[in-house]
Amino acid sequence: MSTQDDKAKEVSADGVAGPIILFFILGLAASLVFGWVIFPKLLYSQKKQQIDFNHVLHVEAVEEGCESCHFFREDGSFSGIPKLAQCVECHEDVQGDDPNEVKFVEEYVANGREVPWLVYARQPDCVFFSHAAHVKKAEMDCGTCHGHIGESEHSRVYEENRITGYSRDIWGKNISGLREHTWERMKMDDCAECHATKKIKTDVETLPWPINWLPRPYEKQTGNRARVKTVKEACFVCHK
Amino acid sequence: MKIGRRSFLSFVIGGAAGTAISPLPWKLTDDSSIWSQNWPWTPVPPDGEYSQSNSVCTLCPGGCGITVRKVDDRVVKIEGMKGHPVNDGGLCLMGLSGLQLLYGPTRVKSPLKRVGKRGERKWEKISWDKAILEVTKKLADIRSNGESYAVGSIVDSESGTVSNLFKRFLTAYGSPNFMTMPSIQDSYGMTLQLMQGVSAQAGFDAENADFILSFGSGIIDGWGSPVRMFKANSVWKANGKKVVQIEPRLSNTAAKSDKWVPIKPGTEAALALGLANVIITNSLDSKKISQSTGFESFKELVQNEYGPDKVSKITGINITTIVSLAKNFAQASKPLAICGKGQGSIPGSLNEFMAVHALNALVGNINQDGGVWAVAESDYINWPEFGMDSFAENGMQKERIDGAGSKYPHAKSLLNRLPEVINSGDGSLEAIFVADANPLYSMPDSKAMKMAFDSIPFVVSFSSYMDETASNADLILPNHVYLERFEDVPTLAGLSKPIVGLTMPVVKPQFNTKHVGDVIMLIAKALGGKMADAFPWESYEACLKETLGVKWDVLVEKGFEFNGDKCLLEGDFNFYPEAMKSLSDFSPVSVEGSAISYPLILIPYDSIRLANGYIGDPPFVIKAVEDTVLKGKNSCVEINPKTGKELGLTEGRYIFLHTPRGKAKVKVHLYEGIMPGIIALPRGLGHTAYDKYLAGKGCNFNELIGPAEDPVSGLDAAWGIRARLTKV
Repeated sequence: MSTQDDKAKEVSADGVAGPIILFFILGLAASLVFGWVIFPKLLYSQKKQQIDFNHVLHVEAVEEGCESCHFFREDGSFSGIPKLAQCVECHEDVQGDDPNEVKFVEEYVANGREVPWLVYARQPDCVFFSHAAHVKKAEMDCGTCHGHIGESEHSRVYEENRITGYSRDIWGKNISGLREHTWERMKMDDCAECHATKKIKTDVETLPWPINWLPRPYEKQTGNRARVKTVKEACFVCHK
Repeated sequence: MKIGRRSFLSFVIGGAAGTAISPLPWKLTDDSSIWSQNWPWTPVPPDGEYSQSNSVCTLCPGGCGITVRKVDDRVVKIEGMKGHPVNDGGLCLMGLSGLQLLYGPTRVKSPLKRVGKRGERKWEKISWDKAILEVTKKLADIRSNGESYAVGSIVDSESGTVSNLFKRFLTAYGSPNFMTMPSIQDSYGMTLQLMQGVSAQAGFDAENADFILSFGSGIIDGWGSPVRMFKANSVWKANGKKVVQIEPRLSNTAAKSDKWVPIKPGTEAALALGLANVIITNSLDSKKISQSTGFESFKELVQNEYGPDKVSKITGINITTIVSLAKNFAQASKPLAICGKGQGSIPGSLNEFMAVHALNALVGNINQDGGVWAVAESDYINWPEFGMDSFAENGMQKERIDGAGSKYPHAKSLLNRLPEVINSGDGSLEAIFVADANPLYSMPDSKAMKMAFDSIPFVVSFSSYMDETASNADLILPNHVYLERFEDVPTLAGLSKPIVGLTMPVVKPQFNTKHVGDVIMLIAKALGGKMADAFPWESYEACLKETLGVKWDVLVEKGFEFNGDKCLLEGDFNFYPEAMKSLSDFSPVSVEGSAISYPLILIPYDSIRLANGYIGDPPFVIKAVEDTVLKGKNSCVEINPKTGKELGLTEGRYIFLHTPRGKAKVKVHLYEGIMPGIIALPRGLGHTAYDKYLAGKGCNFNELIGPAEDPVSGLDAAWGIRARLTKV
């Protein structure tokens, strides 16, 4: 038995269902566009390096590859980006007529000022990382984490996270957090993944681990991704 | 199509669903967590090359070796140097905070000339050339008036090249008034001179002693070389050695000792002689020494005048304690008695030092393992003789203004007498140089010292920091701080094997400062003639290198070097020097004030957390002061609950503390560790200068106490003053 009232309700329901779905889709689409396209643009500011650096040119000119400028100090610590003093060894005077070279010598070398390089791979200050353990002990290639930076002819734009102040390279270019190559992301999970995979490929005993008495914090998970196992004190191996 | 509330809600839900499957919330969560770990005020050392340099800490006379950690050119940490004979890796709170003295706001950044009234702190920055010219002109004027003797200098100690440069400068200029900041080293030096006939300092083989009898020495409150004493104390604890602390207040040292013996303040000498009485009466004394000069007279003195019953009355310690203390001390295999109250910044009564030294001699521990050693002062400064002109010769004929060497023949310097001499009009100075010292704050009766300074027409401070003396100077010629300069640091401070350390410039000078040694030479050269000839060196560094000779390379490499092998001096022990005769009728050094108007007795106390010398507490250190010592902006006065009850005082109340010398608003702290009738205030607070972290906190004990001249040494022997409390 249907009354007039019921009919009216059905009609009105039919009439409203369309806009409801439409608006749901609109909301969904707008937020997806915002989240995937606009948000990353807002989150990162674009900065140019003061000097456009040509790695290819330098790698050709030096004898020992990356380690010519990015070397280990006597105490085993890693020098990172060279200081002015190192550059001056070759660049005391302007060589050639590249405007970057002229700018470098006149503004920085002549005044004894360090170039304020923006460091793509700088990790937050709360993390310890030993280059020596990875490069010397585990014989890893620089490119595993840093990619083909040595093949670049220009310094790319430095994208700075407006909230954290760190480079976009840490999270990775892909805002979803997914990556194809090991050097595309430098988050803790990426460290963990490598450590866990290595554990399977080599043998458990040979895995690099700095403290004998401390249980290893990583273990292979049943799922796809490695996860940090939080045992007591384990955090402070990497975190200050 | 009708757009209504439902459509809107649907849009929002769609938006929420879309947001959830976009990276936005997850990325923001991650970023905000990183953001929260990187607050801008969290100190993070800069990235760069790490390096370490060795040097020596000069913030107190302790002479600890330090290892300075740097990132590129920035000092980021100071640690104790491992393997250093004084501190072997340990360091005190003050030493750790040295960074704040290098980079902190209290530095004087360039030469300053006063433009306002004195003490008004209005300054004009001037160039070094102008500053040196200013001093030179003034000194040339004074000299041409034939008043060269009216120029004085105050430095921290008499050893080291900088002090000796000052001395040489004054001598060549024509003034005998080279003064040093007083300390127990003056008293110990004089004691050894009188009782052993040697010019030496007392060194204590503390680590090897097995029974330590301390007459109020703050073993873990900063006495001697503080880190070394901390370590010695730990060795004693670990090996079950006994420490007995004799003082009217339960200090940290007393609290950590095996036995705390509260004593009426000022009667320590009587106790030492009482203990000697028990030792001699029971034939517990070392038989070797009974042949020593004056032993019979000494024996007679203690047997006639210092029987346990009489001593008990004088000191307030019961007879059984005195007897057992004496027996335990004498029967220990390596007993050691030490004195010098608190951190040892007040020289104290010479009688007390002699009585305690006699006690050591009585048990035969002079120049023995675990005993007291007479160690020679450093002898590496052998500069060529220099010619003196007629001004210098005439000036050097004059007596010293402080009476050292004349009125008090045994004393070398009596800075404590300066205010009285000047303020009473018995003498005057035309100019004074102050380096590595802050007499306007750290000398007892600092108000009188300030008054004396006010009447000196020309005051030059070489301080690196805007301290009280610098604030009241006419000219500040800032020295490099210890982390920026070369300087030899001969360390005695009670070490049994004294060493020489070398401070090294671990960083470039941060400001427009100059080494005080260089400034002295520049002034001498500008004065010309024989004065210039007396300083043949090109620079202070050249002078230091030449002075240290072969030691230089070792010092640069290691940071320290033992001060030769011939450090142990033997001499005939004299138990009863002339000076001791005054003890035949014991009366403690009297405290100022009448017992009627001032019924209580105020004594000071020291803490390892409070620096009371030239340098004040840096911010880290002042933060560590407990709120029973400093609460807010007020010092706390320790009062025994019994006394508090009699006076109707409750914990935490504000009161006025009056002494014959001054008045201060303080907070009541009822404390069972202080003897009834006695009240105690911390030293090291109440700065008016330095930075906002230190200035205006608490009251300066030195403004409340007056000096008491020791009748023999002339040094300051005041251990307290009479006081009364009134309601706010």
